[in-house]
Amino acid sequence: MGEAIAFYVLAALILGFAVLVVSTRNTVHSVLYLVLNFLAVAALYVMLTAQFLAVIQVLVYAGGIVVLYLFVVMLVNLKRPPEDHSAPQRKSWVGAGLGLLVLGELGGIVAYGRLAPAVSPMQNTDLAINNVERVGMLLYTDYLIPFEVASILLLVAMVGAIILAKREL
Amino acid sequence: MIDTFLIPLLKILFVLNATLIGVTYMVLLERKVIAWVQVRLGPMRVGPYGILQPIADAVKLILKEDITPTKADKWVFTAAPIIVMVPALITFAVIPFGPAVHLFGREVPLYITDINVGLLYIVSVASMGVYGIILGGWASNSKFPLLASLRASAQLISYEVGVTMTLVSMIVTAGSLSMVRIVEAQYNSHLWYIFIQPVAFVLFFIGGLAETNRAPFDMAEAEQELTGGFHTEYSGMRFALFFLAEYANMIVVSSVATTLFLGGWLRPFPNVAALSFLGFIPGWIWFLVKTFVFLYVFLWVRATLPRYRYDQLMRLGWKVLIPIAIANVIVTAIVKVLL
Repeated sequence: MGEAIAFYVLAALILGFAVLVVSTRNTVHSVLYLVLNFLAVAALYVMLTAQFLAVIQVLVYAGGIVVLYLFVVMLVNLKRPPEDHSAPQRKSWVGAGLGLLVLGELGGIVAYGRLAPAVSPMQNTDLAINNVERVGMLLYTDYLIPFEVASILLLVAMVGAIILAKREL
Repeated sequence: MIDTFLIPLLKILFVLNATLIGVTYMVLLERKVIAWVQVRLGPMRVGPYGILQPIADAVKLILKEDITPTKADKWVFTAAPIIVMVPALITFAVIPFGPAVHLFGREVPLYITDINVGLLYIVSVASMGVYGIILGGWASNSKFPLLASLRASAQLISYEVGVTMTLVSMIVTAGSLSMVRIVEAQYNSHLWYIFIQPVAFVLFFIGGLAETNRAPFDMAEAEQELTGGFHTEYSGMRFALFFLAEYANMIVVSSVATTLFLGGWLRPFPNVAALSFLGFIPGWIWFLVKTFVFLYVFLWVRATLPRYRYDQLMRLGWKVLIPIAIANVIVTAIVKVLL
């Protein structure tokens, strides 16, 4: 019961902050709502006994990446939004289409989730105690190739960013 | 009921109050130590040897007028000191002050909680504190605070990488992320980790100085260049929160360093039977003494070293500390596999 209440409160907070991120006019405020959103998602991870994921979410997303966002937003003066030349109607159609696509995807996931057996993670004490070890073992055994591919992708992105930023090396 | 709610609540209250009192007296200690280094007396008027000075300061700060600049972003301006203070205080949730003790017939461990990702929790919570500094400077809508907060955020992001890499080598050495188990691992290895990982210790301490914005890395509040730093526009209690958070962070770094490198609540050379007469001193006293030594070194460094230049600071972080930290992780991992 308490768990369900906590989940719904957190879900409402996550959605509310997400709406505020895109609807706030002040860019810095919008970035701040993004931080709150990430923190609420981290709380959701804690509820799923994924403490490691929750802490990494706070460390990497809320504490690292968004600080860089804030840095850029503060350095670039965004007082006035850039002037809009495209037809507003067409853009809203694209938005609605994308929104419907995401909604359909979510519906698909929910429908698929109904078929799979329900798991109650709170009872799995081994997962709760050896969270970090489990994640590490999975990353370096079953998911080794995706893990390495992701790291190469990040390396390529980093090299690309350096080349773009510093033309004369 | 008593075990799940009352005792943790009492512990939280105790730790919170002890920390805040410790923080206010750290300010006095800093003034005294710097005065002694400079052959002065320091505060002497309020109470004998000035020991009531923190109370006078607190009264002064509470009574001062609380000003919000007209052009400031009011909500963010108000939130920034709170954002700085809260991460500094909630870190104490996972710091082990001592082993379990018997109080009134029940066994009470001297830490608020022991989670299996304790060390990562500290790092991630500490990384939230930088928001307070950035936002405080931005929301003031004033030039010097903005410059200071940009400096501070660049510095904190850079040094966070190095410190976190250092902590990784400590995690590999101890084989656990739980603060309590790290101390127990030091008991089992018969040595404090400062003797096993001296390089990591030096890196952590330098990084800790930078993370807490202390001299010689106090770029964010370089008075000569930035009038007052990121808190120039703050007054009264809000300024006091920024000020106290800095000292609370010093206590956090000192406690973490004590736990990781000086064996937490353990006596020197644990497991050596010849020194067992030291066992009559309770664990929490060892912990406090070691933490105090670290805090004293913080003040000593401030009184001794001049401030770094900003480009030197960034170069030290990226070109010296981070490569050494990564090399240390690799060497630690290889040694751990081979042994």
